[in-house]
Amino acid sequence: MARDLRPLFEPRGIIVTGVSDHPGKFGFVALHNILACGYQGQVFAVGREEGSVLDRPVFASVDAIPDEAADLLVLCTPVNVNEGIVRAAAAKGIRAVFCAAGGYSEAGPEGSEAEKRLVAVADELDLVLAGPNGQGVVSTPVGLCAQIVAPFPPPGRIAVVSQSGNFASSFLNYANQTGVGISRSVSAGNAAATSIVDYLEWFADDSETEVALCYLEGVGEGRDFFERAREVTRRMPVVVVKGGVTVGGKRAAASHTGSLASDDRIFDGMARQAGLVRAADIESAFEAAATFASQPLPGGNRVVVLSTAGGWGVVTADALTARRDLDLIPLPADLTTAIDGFLPPRWSRNNPVDLAGGETRDTIPDVLEVTIAHPEVDAVLQLGLGIQGNTAALTRSGPFYPDHGLERIVDFHERQEWRYAEAADLAVRKHHKPVLVASELAVTRPDNPMVKAVRESGRMCYPSADRAVVALGHLVRYSRWRSRHS
Amino acid sequence: MGTVSEARSRQLVEAVGVPVSPWGVADHPEGAVGIARELGYPVAVKLNGDAVAHKTEGNLVRLGLGSDDQVADAAAELLTCGGDDTDVLVTRMVSGHRELIAGLVRDNEFGPCVMLGLGGVLAEALGDVAFRLAPVEVVDVEDLLDDLHAQALFGSLRGEPPLDREATVNLLVALGSMATTPEVIAVDLNPLIVSDGRPIAVDALVELADGRS
Repeated sequence: MARDLRPLFEPRGIIVTGVSDHPGKFGFVALHNILACGYQGQVFAVGREEGSVLDRPVFASVDAIPDEAADLLVLCTPVNVNEGIVRAAAAKGIRAVFCAAGGYSEAGPEGSEAEKRLVAVADELDLVLAGPNGQGVVSTPVGLCAQIVAPFPPPGRIAVVSQSGNFASSFLNYANQTGVGISRSVSAGNAAATSIVDYLEWFADDSETEVALCYLEGVGEGRDFFERAREVTRRMPVVVVKGGVTVGGKRAAASHTGSLASDDRIFDGMARQAGLVRAADIESAFEAAATFASQPLPGGNRVVVLSTAGGWGVVTADALTARRDLDLIPLPADLTTAIDGFLPPRWSRNNPVDLAGGETRDTIPDVLEVTIAHPEVDAVLQLGLGIQGNTAALTRSGPFYPDHGLERIVDFHERQEWRYAEAADLAVRKHHKPVLVASELAVTRPDNPMVKAVRESGRMCYPSADRAVVALGHLVRYSRWRSRHS
Repeated sequence: MGTVSEARSRQLVEAVGVPVSPWGVADHPEGAVGIARELGYPVAVKLNGDAVAHKTEGNLVRLGLGSDDQVADAAAELLTCGGDDTDVLVTRMVSGHRELIAGLVRDNEFGPCVMLGLGGVLAEALGDVAFRLAPVEVVDVEDLLDDLHAQALFGSLRGEPPLDREATVNLLVALGSMATTPEVIAVDLNPLIVSDGRPIAVDALVELADGRS
């Protein structure tokens, strides 16, 4: 049974301590962000000096706050006063504490003692304790942005837990950029009482969450983490990116196996055995999570690449071939025949399917439909979309627009891009197979109508085919793990 | 804490079901010849004892011996190198182009782990190894095999059949079962020679906690 973290992620009211009128102080920033992002519950500010901050009354003590009005205490006060504040707030009915304050175990032996005392108080009072030394908690279903950093991400299905608050921010920034949103996010800080796997277990039960995204440096109780993570991944994909290589402990000497047993190899083996999706870096970790959040799990590893022109397909074929997890299948004969019906004879007649500029109005959606519908195809990578929209952008900004028939052709190009993106969206929903669209326009021209339309469908437009291949590889691998471990 | 003799190591891993090359021990050359005849030539003769951990580095192994005389000479020579508690281990030579390495270690963070890698004595240089937390189930080892990069070496190779995956999986599951014996600190099976598709340990080294043997 997962620890109940609802008071942390869906509090009925919040108390913020350490509030002063200085807009650079953590208490002020936390209060501002809670008030600015749409949280509907009651918010109480506590500071050393009574008065008003951000048009809110500031209480000199938690004692002045009404009983049972708040679930969550956000601590932005120094170490020496926090235990007393927690006791007073518990008497008012709070059930969770987010300790943003630093100066605990990260700060040395004295801090470690203070951290132990804080944990003991939380245990005694049966409170959820997040942090200390964390940057905050975000929960989009309730408009909660109780953090001392930015941004507040768009709503979505990815739940973030990070041992670095800054990487939590990085993930939320990517959510803003791609439009693939966030359900919950927590900066675990020193994770003194609530560990990474405690959060993962709660996310697995959370109806708002489809996939967890996790930045780890160390896991503490390694075996316990492994056993519990393996249960979580049976129900929900968990993407992990690991930072830091700890200094290897003293290991059995005179053993060849021992000399090969680097921390990273053992972590990697543990992660694979637990069904964790291990990403190589922060960016690909977000993209993997965004893919799990927005695409169905593939039934197998058979991939077809659809491209409007040669080079993209060639490079993508190389990238696919280099990954043992994915299979760039020979095009099935009946699928070749079906595509023949849509294209002039010069098309590639192979995988990658290179349309060779032979497309008419409906070709791209038609070829996608027959391909994704084929029983021997598990996933499609679609390249070369956005060209027409890019042309339209140049035409539109030139001196001849809208005359000379240019308005009409620009409208046509832009409408086509929407159609392509809609066809990709429809294909995913109708056939329950992943269709990944990749184009550098995702980052070079985010205003491209194809890019905008893919984003509106709730999915990512991948910035390159290589990155889409990596993300699809994670999906295929996890899908296989799930079926082997069901 | 210390490593035990190859003979004791072989007994310990055989007891859980790890296949090892056929073997026997003798404390004089005539006994070694008798074992060699029983096993069939060619054989290897190695110095055997608790204090003999690095046989190859110490030049304490004689490989590919094909006659009674060769075995008797090798055994006599090795026995003069050894101290009191040593004898010689005679084992049948196993042939195969492919070598693997397998082992068990105890990690400070994650506890006991099994390893499988390519290359036997070259494993360190190749770096193509993968770990799993032990004990392991069949499905864990299936995944582990997929993790190794040199998949081409698992197929048919130079007239030899493909790697017997089931035999390899069973070997790793057996090795992993030693994790539940707290006295076992580490195990090395290096190399495992893939013979007729099946990996067979031709050397074994077990490290036990203090006071056990």
